[in-house]
Amino acid sequence: MDTSFSPEDLAFKEEVGAFFDEAFTDDLRARIKDPKAYKEAIVEWQKKLYEKGWVAPNWPVEHGGTGWTPTQNYIFDSERSARGIPNTVPFGLSMVAPVIYTFGNDEQKQRFLPRILKSEDWWCQGYSEPGSGSDLASLKTKAELDGDHYVVNGAKIWTTYAQHADWIFCLVRTSNEGKKQNGISFLLIDMHSEGIKVNPIESIDNHHSLNEVEFNNVRVPVANLIGEQDKGWTYAKALLAHERTGIADVAGSKRGIREVRQLAEREVNGGKRLIDDPLFQKRLSDVEIELMALEFTDLRVLSQVATGGAPGAESSLLKIKGTEIQQAVQTLAMMVAAHYQGVLPTDIDSDVLGNDFGMAARRSYMYGRAATVYGGSNEIQKNIIAKAVLGL
Amino acid sequence: MNFDFSEEQTMLRDSVARFVQDDYDFDTRRAIVASDEGINRQNWQTFAELGWLSVPFGEDHGGFGGGPVDLMVMMEEFGKGLVVEPYFATVVLFGGLLRAAGNEAQQASHIPSIIDGSVLGAFAYLERQSRYEITDVATRAVADGDGFVLNGEKVAVANGANADVLIVSARSSGEQYDASGISLFIVPADAEGVERVSYRMMDGQVVANVVLRDVRVGADALLGELGGGYAAIDRVVQEALVALGAEALGIMGQLNAKTLEYTKTREQFGVAIGSFQALQHRMVDTFMSYEQAKSMVYRAVCALENGDDDARRVIHAMKVMIENCGRHIFEEAIQLHGGMGLTDELDIGHYAKRLMMINATLGDGDYHQAAFSALSYGGGHSTVASISDAA
Repeated sequence: MDTSFSPEDLAFKEEVGAFFDEAFTDDLRARIKDPKAYKEAIVEWQKKLYEKGWVAPNWPVEHGGTGWTPTQNYIFDSERSARGIPNTVPFGLSMVAPVIYTFGNDEQKQRFLPRILKSEDWWCQGYSEPGSGSDLASLKTKAELDGDHYVVNGAKIWTTYAQHADWIFCLVRTSNEGKKQNGISFLLIDMHSEGIKVNPIESIDNHHSLNEVEFNNVRVPVANLIGEQDKGWTYAKALLAHERTGIADVAGSKRGIREVRQLAEREVNGGKRLIDDPLFQKRLSDVEIELMALEFTDLRVLSQVATGGAPGAESSLLKIKGTEIQQAVQTLAMMVAAHYQGVLPTDIDSDVLGNDFGMAARRSYMYGRAATVYGGSNEIQKNIIAKAVLGL
Repeated sequence: MNFDFSEEQTMLRDSVARFVQDDYDFDTRRAIVASDEGINRQNWQTFAELGWLSVPFGEDHGGFGGGPVDLMVMMEEFGKGLVVEPYFATVVLFGGLLRAAGNEAQQASHIPSIIDGSVLGAFAYLERQSRYEITDVATRAVADGDGFVLNGEKVAVANGANADVLIVSARSSGEQYDASGISLFIVPADAEGVERVSYRMMDGQVVANVVLRDVRVGADALLGELGGGYAAIDRVVQEALVALGAEALGIMGQLNAKTLEYTKTREQFGVAIGSFQALQHRMVDTFMSYEQAKSMVYRAVCALENGDDDARRVIHAMKVMIENCGRHIFEEAIQLHGGMGLTDELDIGHYAKRLMMINATLGDGDYHQAAFSALSYGGGHSTVASISDAA
């Protein structure tokens, strides 16, 4: 048993850290936080990563991946997250790209992958529907063959950043025969096509990132079908487990705890620092101790993957515990914010307002409710563990 | 980075697992617990023959030269079998203190007899008032000629009744709660003035209160520096906590496996109760508790083995985790076994009781969480204060 980093790993850590410190400027950080500047800023950041060759660490080397070891991947993620640098937008780089390079044809790989690497296309995900949440396979958006096109009708929902998107990857129904999982196809749809309408959904964080996407007789070339018709469920499912690794975001929660601690050292309650309050210490240490354990659970799964095992139902555990801890950290931040925890977006300077974190705490906490719902709700993850691990 | 065990560690683990499997079924254990001594001396000889008693000791004294990971793999298997033979008291605590503080003569005279199984030991550190505060020592040691005279009382001494030799903590200077001024003495259990009253704990342990009345020991009985015993105790406690964590982990794994098995076979309403989602999700929760506890024990054992700067903080966190996860798992195990979970006949309750006693050994979850908080966020905690006192 050996959990120490090798000298090569430590050198890599230095290299990665140095790059982040130099490339991720304060200006970028500020613009990424501003909803109006977000898209342009995050794309700018991803292009910097692309130029460095680090935008898609998980891809196979032949398509532009880094060929890093799992330990290197872990270090890269930790260093990034520890600096509060957001992850790359997952829809193109982490979600549709693996489907394309694993199941797509050569023409599709050449057409889409380089543009994803260079962040030239913004992707969004069309899985959930108004009537299909946890029971995703019940989806009804249908694609009917008409010559060399599919004609798509229906609606997708909870589509993050559809308002920015050039493309959407969709699960659509191409058959009603047999099991409901069998008649689903994986289709890439140009968001600029005629018949697509994006309806914004304002979420409880008082921001607009979610949308409903309507499809009215949208014509999609057959060339945009991934793999075989009616086999889309298999493709989507094969990549779900990948989506869930890294979902624990241990480094992000570590950073969150560090921030909460620093704020609690600054806040004073009736003359006593909040950090010295035994009840607060108890709450904070509850979360920190769970997180210390989760960090090793994450590493254990990682080392299993490194020695050839696939991330299986363990990734469900990481998803559940990781999101529970994320939410617990968000709760602590709200407690620290006290009477400032409800501040809505405002242009007033924090000096005038009298507080510089209540607004961010509110937004994280409110949108943070999504974490236990998305990517397969935590209850669905428990069903997966019950079946796959416990054999129930 | 890897979480694999070495070939030697795998062999060690398999050897203990085989013993538990072949020679330590639940009825056998029950008979041992019910016997006069509450342990089986023949088993102890087997432990000696298989080399288990030599694991943490240096090769110069005939030991195996093992580290925290070796101890962990063994303790986890002992946990699975609820082994009551006093490995923790004799090898981990008593032997640990000899390793940490013994001079050459003391090590040469005691370690070989631990290894060959001829001597059972115990560490007498608890007092009526002390609760989890190891530095709360009222027992006195007064210099007398070239030796010492000990007076006081130690309570709930694990393996206290069967031990041939005790290591006793006594105050040679300072006030009752000071970390400095505590000294350790090697005291033969049959020394004049030593009186033992033996009783049982719910996990099958035979413990004793040890009254020391003008017990005279020579200068060679002093283990380590006069007044400087706490440093050695502290070091051994770190190792001991990780060992307890490993034992607890073994128990938690057994409880989860047995509960899962039960829900697959027990039928109500015409189906296996494991088919009910309400129960499935609860078992997923206990599965996750087990995995988290395992991660924390691994993290602690690695920190200890590597001598990491934050080893102490990690070990505090581990003991908290062991209480939280352990209690979650055993309470669910009893609940999901229904009425059967309440019976003495079933092993479930016995696993639960050992977990509870582990929790109450060397500081419970709250005690360690307060210490963890003090180290992490500042503020006063007695253990943390003791360490800086002693340093």
